[in-house]
Amino acid sequence: MNQTVRTTICFSIMTVLLLAVGFGQSWNVMLAIFNLCLISAIMSMGLNMQWGYAGLFNAGVMASTAVGGLAAVLISYSPVGKAWDAGGTELGITFVALVVTIVLGLLVWKRMRPGRARSLSLTAVVLVGYGFMRFFYEEASSSIEAVETAKTGFLGGLGLPVLFSWAVGGLAAAGLAWLVGRIALGLRSDYFAIATLGISEIMISILKNEDWLTRGVKNVTGLARPVPYEVELQQTEWFISLAKWFHGGSLTESGAGSDALREVIFLSSGVFVKLCYSALFLAVLLTILALAMLALNSPWGRMLRAIRDNEVAAAALGKDVTNRHRQVFIIGSAVIGIAGAMLTTLDGQFTPGSYIPLRFTFLIWVMVVIGGSGNNLGSVIGAFITWFLWIEAEPAALWLVGLVNSMLAENSPLSQHLLEVAPHMRMVLMGLILVLVLRFSPRGVLPEKTPERS
Amino acid sequence: MEYTTNLLNALVLLSNYVLIPSLSYGSQLALGAVGVTLVFGILRFANFYHGEMMSFGTMCTIFITWWFQSLGFTAGFFPTAVLALPLAILITMLLALTAERSVFRFYRLRKSRPVIFVIASVGVMFMLNGIVRMFIGPDEILFRDGQKFLIKAGAFKKMTGLSEGLALKQTQVLTVILAVLAVLLLFWFLQRTRTGKAMRAFSDNEDLALLSGINPEHVVMVTWVITAALATLAGVLYGLDKSFKPLVYFHLLLPIFAAAIVGGIGQPVGAILGGYIVAFSEVTATYAFKKFLKYLLPLEMAPDGLMQFLGTDYKFAVSFLILVLVLLVRPTGILRGRVL
Repeated sequence: MNQTVRTTICFSIMTVLLLAVGFGQSWNVMLAIFNLCLISAIMSMGLNMQWGYAGLFNAGVMASTAVGGLAAVLISYSPVGKAWDAGGTELGITFVALVVTIVLGLLVWKRMRPGRARSLSLTAVVLVGYGFMRFFYEEASSSIEAVETAKTGFLGGLGLPVLFSWAVGGLAAAGLAWLVGRIALGLRSDYFAIATLGISEIMISILKNEDWLTRGVKNVTGLARPVPYEVELQQTEWFISLAKWFHGGSLTESGAGSDALREVIFLSSGVFVKLCYSALFLAVLLTILALAMLALNSPWGRMLRAIRDNEVAAAALGKDVTNRHRQVFIIGSAVIGIAGAMLTTLDGQFTPGSYIPLRFTFLIWVMVVIGGSGNNLGSVIGAFITWFLWIEAEPAALWLVGLVNSMLAENSPLSQHLLEVAPHMRMVLMGLILVLVLRFSPRGVLPEKTPERS
Repeated sequence: MEYTTNLLNALVLLSNYVLIPSLSYGSQLALGAVGVTLVFGILRFANFYHGEMMSFGTMCTIFITWWFQSLGFTAGFFPTAVLALPLAILITMLLALTAERSVFRFYRLRKSRPVIFVIASVGVMFMLNGIVRMFIGPDEILFRDGQKFLIKAGAFKKMTGLSEGLALKQTQVLTVILAVLAVLLLFWFLQRTRTGKAMRAFSDNEDLALLSGINPEHVVMVTWVITAALATLAGVLYGLDKSFKPLVYFHLLLPIFAAAIVGGIGQPVGAILGGYIVAFSEVTATYAFKKFLKYLLPLEMAPDGLMQFLGTDYKFAVSFLILVLVLLVRPTGILRGRVL
């Protein structure tokens, strides 16, 4: 089958499925799924750059997502002045101590001759610096966290528009990726996977426990939105008339009672807000998609694929393998970081406890593998399919359970148990799909285009 | 005299909070890491579903334990789980063999790249995670019964007259004893039996082993069987010692990988060593030494702070820091294993 035809068919089927949800369940549900599909698609495009273009097994997708989310908080939340007054000085000293320690350590490492003296002085610098930092850090964090613990208890952010944080999230994730790359790139694939998995776990435990920065497991809620609030819309004149015009036919049929009108306005305000988000997300998705496709077909993209397919040969032809890997690792992580910031913006809250590897790392992997590694449109469709199944697996499982339960006696312990376990079906389903696709269609739904040989 | 008492108190304190816990935790990690390292040695990929295998084995043990308890069939002094263990190990072995037959064998015969195996193991991980949650739920479960303590803190204080108590849980002793037995059995198997020697040969040089007529199917099957047994044992011991929770078992993957790599991947002895190194450093780095130093130092020098290197929540960070250090300084691990 022709690649273009295949792509068209896949996207048409997906559209039909989403429309079916819209007509069958509700447009609010459909748009909620669609928005997360868009964010997931950006994440899987980022991972696809790393895995599909360059063959890097990044098991730390979650870290980039979380850093992006943190950026959303730090950019958009208004600053907490009291907390800065309480612990700002100590925090500043800690930071200066950190910088001084790093600079001194680097100086010792670079200037002294290798040997026991160097190792000893390096250890001394690090230990003394760490002790110093730890002392001021404990002061700072405890006094910051004591500031109105129930409401704030953290430094807050900069109070800038939240849209700005999407770019910052990408940059922050890129910075983290640079650091991770310094440590882990150059290792063989399995080690790289384990190292990145480890770094992402550490990132999450930092976010969970550094309450002065992130409020930890107390979560940050009520982040500013880039789109209007439903409650305000419901009061606005132009929106009410828009809703009336849109639902005109059904309203007159039902007699234009004020209850019916309120119901319509209530539902359509939800849909409208979600549509605004969709437009924003779609703009980001299309931009990144266009850039990614251009990059993949550029000489740079060809070089990456050459390195992926035969590292030794590419190195022999003078390609700088490690540097190209680092580059693509940073770019991919930045894309994931943007998506992470978008996700936190959509949720309107930052919950460090919700970051688990199965959902934020390995599910993205399922998306890329299903969609077809190496193909950007494949990652997008993979994300759509996977997220759709991830959400719709639960109602489907509940429906199945209902079918079984109708045959069982009422309130039997088995039917109770079945109702409880139904949500976990999605895990099994994802694993099954991943294993089946890997086995029977390892190139995914939309395989990578292989260039024609002349 | 006072100084000796203080010294003894400090030692008891240290053993109670650092030495004994990390010895039992280290044994649990070691059992897990040996499994990871065996799979790596024979099948040459990092098995991401090892944590879920432990979780599955423990789940089976819990179900069988409950069944035994309902029959009134308990081990008295020992936890009932010990009786349930053999059956659970058998079921987990069946699971591992099923996964091998249905998923991994295909790629093995096609000699796929290790990364493909890893992705496949992620798929199996997803499925097992869902299955475990479906059967037993995502919540924490305590399944320990029998005598809890061998030595109680209060009784120890009365016996010795020290102000620090020493509590010795039965599960801690049981963990160390069972781990030692399992490891001895494993090494006897690897060193003395025909299959064990075949496994080592296969791990050293696959082509040469195949040329000398070793049956790869047999070697791979035995590897999975042993791994499943060790994983179940490790999981059950961890669950007895602390508690069973599916998510926690997933997170155990990281210290286990760290242990296997630190010790030198593909080296069972190294994996055991690595397990203890990781466990000791995790516990030591997150222990607050304030009280310990108070006993040892003169009053005026007693520290104000907690004297804790890292907050308790950064346990994983410790295992990972060790991992990074080893990767940078000595990528082959302590016992010169394979470089991945």
